[in-house]
Amino acid sequence: MKDPRLIEISVGIFVALGLASLLMLAMKVANLADFSAPPGYEVRAYFDNIGGLQVRSPVKMGGVVVGRISDIGFDSKRFQACVTVRLEQRYDHIPTDTAANIYTSGLLGEQYIGLEPGGEESYLKNGSELTITQSAVVLEKMIQEFLYNKTAKPEPQSP
Amino acid sequence: MALLATIGRRSLGLFERLGRGHLFLLSVLIRIPGLLLRPRLLLQQMWSVGVESLLIIAVSGSFVGMVLGLQGYNTLVTFGAQASLGVVVAKSLLRELGPVISALLFAGRAGSALTAEIGFMKATEQLSAMEMMAVDPMARVVVPRFVAGVLSMPLLAAIFTAIGIMGGYFCGTGLLGVDEGAFWSQMQAKVMLVQDVFNGVLVKSLVFGAVVSWIAVFEGYDAVPTSEGVSAATTRTVVHSSLAILALDFVLTGLMFN
Repeated sequence: MKDPRLIEISVGIFVALGLASLLMLAMKVANLADFSAPPGYEVRAYFDNIGGLQVRSPVKMGGVVVGRISDIGFDSKRFQACVTVRLEQRYDHIPTDTAANIYTSGLLGEQYIGLEPGGEESYLKNGSELTITQSAVVLEKMIQEFLYNKTAKPEPQSP
Repeated sequence: MALLATIGRRSLGLFERLGRGHLFLLSVLIRIPGLLLRPRLLLQQMWSVGVESLLIIAVSGSFVGMVLGLQGYNTLVTFGAQASLGVVVAKSLLRELGPVISALLFAGRAGSALTAEIGFMKATEQLSAMEMMAVDPMARVVVPRFVAGVLSMPLLAAIFTAIGIMGGYFCGTGLLGVDEGAFWSQMQAKVMLVQDVFNGVLVKSLVFGAVVSWIAVFEGYDAVPTSEGVSAATTRTVVHSSLAILALDFVLTGLMFN
């Protein structure tokens, strides 16, 4: 028979491991709490429509992930969605007149914020706001406009 | 006539065995409070049932998760929806694969060992010797093994699932280049705590653990006390518990996710 002390310890490790896995499943997989992010600074951006943007969606600049969305809220004074973006510390030379657009990767892919740098000499810092924004393209709206144009155009030509 | 008699004898035997199994379960359940007086017995069994199954559970979990990552990616990439890989891996592991595969492994690894151990105790008359010494073999031998099995199963399933998700994560983001943030964020957005984690991992594996442990200790205790009888009982444990796990999984899924 094994040393009883060894058995106690290994059963303790087993139970702790099992509970830790459960905790990990609850926290990280079912998202009870956010997990740690790399050091960075936060900027805000207001959009009319954010489409399917989610917290932790990527923020890309020239296709490179430079940060992630840390919070999404609704500003009831401006009637716009307020998106807080957490940019990584090493990308700290982004001009203040950078434009933020919401894009979709692929036809059914996830949505992300694409940044297009401006020409300002001053740089974004913690708490700045991205003023030039473009909302997400809503597919239904596009189809609606397309159909509307399609039906509206032939009218003057018809006898 | 002889055929009818055989059928009758077989079915009567089947029902008698079923009845004995349930009475056995009942007598195990009423002895559980007595186990609180001797937690060291439980500890010993948790070691041989739980800790010793840890390695096979961890290794299979990581491979199942990685395969899910590879296969899920191949299908999703045709729709450009590879960002949903996290949801696919997490949901299939939490709801089905985690509890079911870990229970099947548990039946093969721990269930068969339980049956063989108790069966040989019976064959070598250790159980009768305990009775002679006024030690209740049910309380001393069967109950700690049963309770250890019931308690270990959810822990093993949780470990299996967690390792599987990490395997899918490494395979998906490391090998195949799925975006890391999308992997987690879509998973976190779609996986529900009560519906997926609680119902899937905890409830299912508790049920599987109870059924597998019950079958294992009953087959051992009820085995014909010869080497042949013990080997037949061990085979029956693995076959019956695997069938019970798969059938119960269907029933539980039908009850939970509809």
